[in-house]
Amino acid sequence: MAKFIIDGKKIEAENGATVLDAARENGIEIPTLCTHDEVGSAGACRLCVVEVKQGNRAKIVASCLYPAEDGIAVDTKSERVMAVRRLVLQLLLARCPGSGLIQDLAEQMGVKPEPRFTADTDKGKCILCRLCVRTCEQVVGVSAIGFSFRGADKTVGTPFHENSQVCIGCGACAYICPTGHIEMETTKTGDSRTIWGRTFKMATCKVCGRYFAPEDQLKYISRTAGVPLENLAVCISCR
Amino acid sequence: MKKDKTVEKQVKEIVDRYGAEKSSLIAILQDMQGAFGYLPKDALIFLNEVVDVPLARIYEVATFYNAFSLTPRGKYLVEVCAGTACHVTGALTLMERLERDLEIRCGETTGDGMFTLEQVRCLGCCSLAPVMRIGGNIHAYLTQDEIPKILRNYRQ
Repeated sequence: MAKFIIDGKKIEAENGATVLDAARENGIEIPTLCTHDEVGSAGACRLCVVEVKQGNRAKIVASCLYPAEDGIAVDTKSERVMAVRRLVLQLLLARCPGSGLIQDLAEQMGVKPEPRFTADTDKGKCILCRLCVRTCEQVVGVSAIGFSFRGADKTVGTPFHENSQVCIGCGACAYICPTGHIEMETTKTGDSRTIWGRTFKMATCKVCGRYFAPEDQLKYISRTAGVPLENLAVCISCR
Repeated sequence: MKKDKTVEKQVKEIVDRYGAEKSSLIAILQDMQGAFGYLPKDALIFLNEVVDVPLARIYEVATFYNAFSLTPRGKYLVEVCAGTACHVTGALTLMERLERDLEIRCGETTGDGMFTLEQVRCLGCCSLAPVMRIGGNIHAYLTQDEIPKILRNYRQ
């Protein structure tokens, strides 16, 4: 157990827990975009910054990665922390002016678009947090998407920006995306969905007859879990 | 899709040199870049079949590093240094002159496949500024008047 102070409150955290974990367990809210229980933290969005004081030194760290250590004093809302967080938000806002979530966060924290950060028009709503890439790799296990190029040209997508042969159309990337950058379109009847430029045929539930999952996804689950395809032909609500 | 047997054979040979592991990826890509002059799409797709690395990850690495190119490079790579020392001594005019003389833009390859023009950050010889490197040879204290002669020498 690590004993430390967070916002003046003495708390204990399990070994290996991050400052963010400990804060959340104790009801202290820290805004984040790129962390998720199932895929862990990457420290990409930088919104979760906090100030860690240890002896005479104080530093700004990403709370989602910083381990809860004995004897540190964490401040999640100090003037310095808020200044950094506002700057991060200004930059995110300039990158993704169209993202509702970032607009809401900015409004909550009283952040206005900064004139010196020219708003991007070609980045969509992507903040390059890599959450979708990590999900596709760690949770889904197919690694159909990744980043390409670097610096200002960096984008998320399929290799060569073509239809991926390994994508199963599960839509986990679109689901997990904090800002809603990834678009998945389903036809009116629900018989197919389009994601990353590829259209997937949906399978119907054997019981209720509704479209419930892409055929490729069922095939993939059947193959990796060693379950016959017939066992997967019933949707969750009918099971 | 019909695959080019020689490409496959070459990739296999390179992979055998380093082992089909994730940690060998950059070494493999470097040798592929050397063997083909660029990273052909077919070769990368084939590499994905031999090495246990997702294609998305291979593409990530291949596009991240400047050492790798996804489009064919010319016989000689013309690298114009744009580091601080070269920049202040007129690297921009060199680039303009090269673009005009080669009739290509920075990042492109000439129609005859001789030159690929690129801008690099620093070649590590700032005392010789402004410099450009052609096919590995450094040309120091360059003025734009010398460029036509240098290019002619390489063309022969």
